[in-house]
Amino acid sequence: MSEKTQLYLNGVSRSFDGFKAINNLSLIIERGEMRAVIGPNGAGKTTMMDIITGKTRPDTGEVIWGEDTDLTKVDEAGSARLGIGRKFQKPTVFETHTVEDNLHLSLKADRSVFGTLFHRTTDAERARVDELLDLVRLTAQRDDLAGDLSHGQKQWLEIGMLLAQDPELLLVDEPAAGMTDAETMRTAELLRDIAGKHSVVVVEHDMEFVRALGCKVTVLHQGAVLADGSLDHVSANPEVIETYLGR
Amino acid sequence: MSLTKLIDRRMGIFLGLLFLVTVCVPLGNLVMSPDSALHVPSFAVALMGKYLCYALLAVALDLVWGYCGILSLGHGAFFALGGYAMGMHLMREIGDRGVYANPDLPDFMVFLNWDRLPWFWHGFDMFWFAAIMALVVPGLLAFVFGWFAFRSRVTGVYLSIITQAMTYALMLAFFRNEMGFGGNNGLTDFKDVLGFDLQSDATRVGLFVCSALALAGGLLLSKWITASKLGKVLVSIRDAESRTRFLGYRVEGYKLFVFVVSAMLAGLAGALYTPQVGIINPGEFSPANSIEIVIWVALGGRGTLVGAALGAIIVALSKTLLTGWIPEIWLFALGAMFILVTLYLPKGVLGFIEASRDRLRPKAKAAPVKEAEA
Ligand SMILES: Nc1ncnc2c1ncn2[C@@H]1O[C@H](COP(=O)(O)OP(=O)(O)OP(=O)(O)O)[C@@H](O)[C@H]1O
Ligand SMILES: [Mg+2]
Repeated sequence: MSEKTQLYLNGVSRSFDGFKAINNLSLIIERGEMRAVIGPNGAGKTTMMDIITGKTRPDTGEVIWGEDTDLTKVDEAGSARLGIGRKFQKPTVFETHTVEDNLHLSLKADRSVFGTLFHRTTDAERARVDELLDLVRLTAQRDDLAGDLSHGQKQWLEIGMLLAQDPELLLVDEPAAGMTDAETMRTAELLRDIAGKHSVVVVEHDMEFVRALGCKVTVLHQGAVLADGSLDHVSANPEVIETYLGR
Repeated sequence: MSLTKLIDRRMGIFLGLLFLVTVCVPLGNLVMSPDSALHVPSFAVALMGKYLCYALLAVALDLVWGYCGILSLGHGAFFALGGYAMGMHLMREIGDRGVYANPDLPDFMVFLNWDRLPWFWHGFDMFWFAAIMALVVPGLLAFVFGWFAFRSRVTGVYLSIITQAMTYALMLAFFRNEMGFGGNNGLTDFKDVLGFDLQSDATRVGLFVCSALALAGGLLLSKWITASKLGKVLVSIRDAESRTRFLGYRVEGYKLFVFVVSAMLAGLAGALYTPQVGIINPGEFSPANSIEIVIWVALGGRGTLVGAALGAIIVALSKTLLTGWIPEIWLFALGAMFILVTLYLPKGVLGFIEASRDRLRPKAKAAPVKEAEA
């Protein structure tokens, strides 16, 4: 496998009660690459992320991280510790913590029980949180409870939490859902900035958003790759048109 | 973390009141003459000592339930185990002053025709050993139980049910004479502790003061834990467990830690309880007892520590007053209190007190401008 490979899925399948949610899926994400994954509802996009992060085990197939780490043997916390950050389809932040605490809890740090018990917030951490607040435009809301944020703001906070982890790969599931057009464009901009330093996989339905990302697109259908290439290339693909229109 | 940060307003007021009571009750009992209006009778000292043990037990439950969402319906078991550990020491302290005057064997063993002490009774002749066991045994049980339950990701109602099953199983086990813990009757007829006569006023006052110190210590320890970064992780687990995992926190480790600490606090409460009530029996393991602890915490104010302690004291006091007056209605009254609080005081008595105070004296700071968007 090439030095540049960050994530490698090979022949991965997973069924639920006989229904093949993921069907012989293969995919390579390179270091620093940004990739958009599109596909109709139920195509298996979220399940793919579940498999990468150890939430769901594949029935067959390989999931390799970097050189040779087998992700099928790792749990959710383990995948996070390896450097995989995940944003959920439904925004999930810690509603009873302040915005600021949400970020502090996400910062890359010792995750052991006693390390956390005796943790003292450093100036470097405070500075990083300030930076992140600024980046996701939540500085004014830093002392508010995360539960009081608007839907779009929660999405951003979750993206901020992802960045706080400083992961090597970000899995971002429908980040633009529930955002205004301006917010959507701003999110695309944010993700473009992140790519390069980090690998990013974005699942999204909003084609305007995918276009704004300006990256390679993979079309998932019935748990397998239907097509990939540039957005224009895949949208011209008759099979892709068929699956989107034929529903 | 500095002490001033641990003692916020709520904690400060509670500890202040506790301190006042801890000074006044001993004075009222030992110094005031029995005909004085300020005299505190000895039975009341023991009773209040018992309430303080309950309060510590409630704080222990609040730590796991209020902050980490683990609704344990078996905390009475940890309390009872602590109580039994101390009871075993007190039994050994009786020595040859028992009915059968056997210097080594407690009466019930002589009665069962046992000729020697079971292995697990060894060491309990030493106070320090019993004191350590009162913490270690509940802690160990919590560790083993939590290890399996949390790793298998048993949560919610299922976890509550198995904690309840745990205390029920222990109750049945402790009822059996062959277990070697006095069966039905439990352990009782204690004479003294560390050479102090358990019937004397001074000893009762001493135990009362120890209970107050243990409660204050338990509150501060719990506050320290919940105010740390770990405490924030606990709340994160309570509110969004899966999110917490995806941030790289091994949730089971955190749950195990707080469950064990909580069990040890419950054990400490039990160890102080036994000498003050003079008996420990398998009834302490009964599922109903564990459920009552949950009611204390809910009634006082879940997730506030101080509220939990307050809830335990309010309920225990009402129980004493009501059962003295019309015993039949106690369970109905408890049920009614619980229902009223859940319906009308969702944040418990403490939440109600604090909200009323804020309404009477509105803060100078303007209300948050959240309404603007709505
Ligand atoms: N844990 C599960 N148990 C049973 N079925 C599941 C499970 N997870 C996913 N599925 C099924 O697998 C299929 C793929 O679901 P998935 O959530 O991955 O789709 P998706 O591409 O993310 O769709 P959407 O765009 O609606 O989010 C669906 O039919 C779903 O019902
Ligand atoms: Mg999905």
